[in-house]
Amino acid sequence: MKAVLEVNNLKKELGSFSLEQLTFSLKEGCITGFIGVNGSGKTTTIKTILGLYPKDNGSIKFFGKEMKKNECEIKNRIGVVLDEGYFYEEMTLKEMKSIIAPAYTNWDESVFLNYINRFNLKLDQKIATLSKGMRMKFAITLALSHHADLLIMDEPTSGLDPLIRNELMEILLDFMEEEGKSVFFSTHITSDLEKVADMLILIDNGKIVFNESKDELLERHALIKGDNRLINEHSTKLFLRLRQTPFGFEGITNKVDQVREQMKDIIIERPTIEDVMLAYVKEG
Amino acid sequence: MKIIIKNGSERPLYQQIKDQIKGAILRQELKEGEKLPSIRSLANDLHVSVLTTKRVYEELEKEGFIITIVGKGSFVASENMEMLSEFKRHLVEKKLSEVWQMARTLGINKEELYSMMDIIFEEDDE
Repeated sequence: MKAVLEVNNLKKELGSFSLEQLTFSLKEGCITGFIGVNGSGKTTTIKTILGLYPKDNGSIKFFGKEMKKNECEIKNRIGVVLDEGYFYEEMTLKEMKSIIAPAYTNWDESVFLNYINRFNLKLDQKIATLSKGMRMKFAITLALSHHADLLIMDEPTSGLDPLIRNELMEILLDFMEEEGKSVFFSTHITSDLEKVADMLILIDNGKIVFNESKDELLERHALIKGDNRLINEHSTKLFLRLRQTPFGFEGITNKVDQVREQMKDIIIERPTIEDVMLAYVKEG
Repeated sequence: MKIIIKNGSERPLYQQIKDQIKGAILRQELKEGEKLPSIRSLANDLHVSVLTTKRVYEELEKEGFIITIVGKGSFVASENMEMLSEFKRHLVEKKLSEVWQMARTLGINKEELYSMMDIIFEEDDE
């Protein structure tokens, strides 16, 4: 699979926070989930790769090309949904569209109207009166109406109820049906990714912790439960994160085979993305 | 075709999916030349990564069960009779060796086992 985005040694300082030597790539045809706790650097990363923040160092290539020299071509192939809408509240949807549309040479009015209908949006409604869910749907409509190949979204699901979040995931899967499409989106609601993500990138404190296929990541780790008597100086080392209560222990391991071999009478379960994420995130 | 994934299993997802597609081909539920779902739609339906379904198809192709035509999709390869009969024989042999193990631990000898087989065959013929 080709890379649609390659980030190499990206450096960005922002006040006391900094992204350090960020290196990762996105594969074509994949939905990549960008996960991390609040303040880990997700939004800074997205804004920097989009050129909304100037980078301090490093290289960013979309579709194998530098943004600087090919800005127009690249921006035509990217659809973006950012956390804080960036809409003019007093405008109607139609007015807002007429500001956005000319920015893209391949804007497709029929695709736009299709999404508007599908999401039951009213073109003469004022943006200020949209609910959070409607606002997100409108943002997606604007992002997908110019045949973008790569959709980049920053926390599109935050503040939305489970029903709308689920609907959004379905929209993403629909979008992916066409060959050559890719999605990159950040979220701290990892349950959204269980169903749809192909790849997962974890960022913590401005550094990439892993960039791996979701299925492989979850297969490489396991959630182990059992009696406290099994926990000793030696077995503790098999776990990335271990929690004990008077009733037993619960831990995340990346040494599944060793645990299977050395510990008897345990329950081995498939971890959730959240379990794995928390095992790697440093507290405080 | 039925594909059921067990989440707590020791067997990796790609292996589970691959075995079940292979089974469907060998049982001829999936017929020669039949089109398989795209890696994306299979991944969506099974809630697995497209990278997993991609690996499944790549391995099935390597083993000669399917062929992939760029831009058209993946299809069940034309039937390989030798592979099919070998596989069927292998399945029965595996079951028989389990039966033999069991008989041995229970103290049932070869002759008794043979006569049991004869009875089963006769009953089936009736």
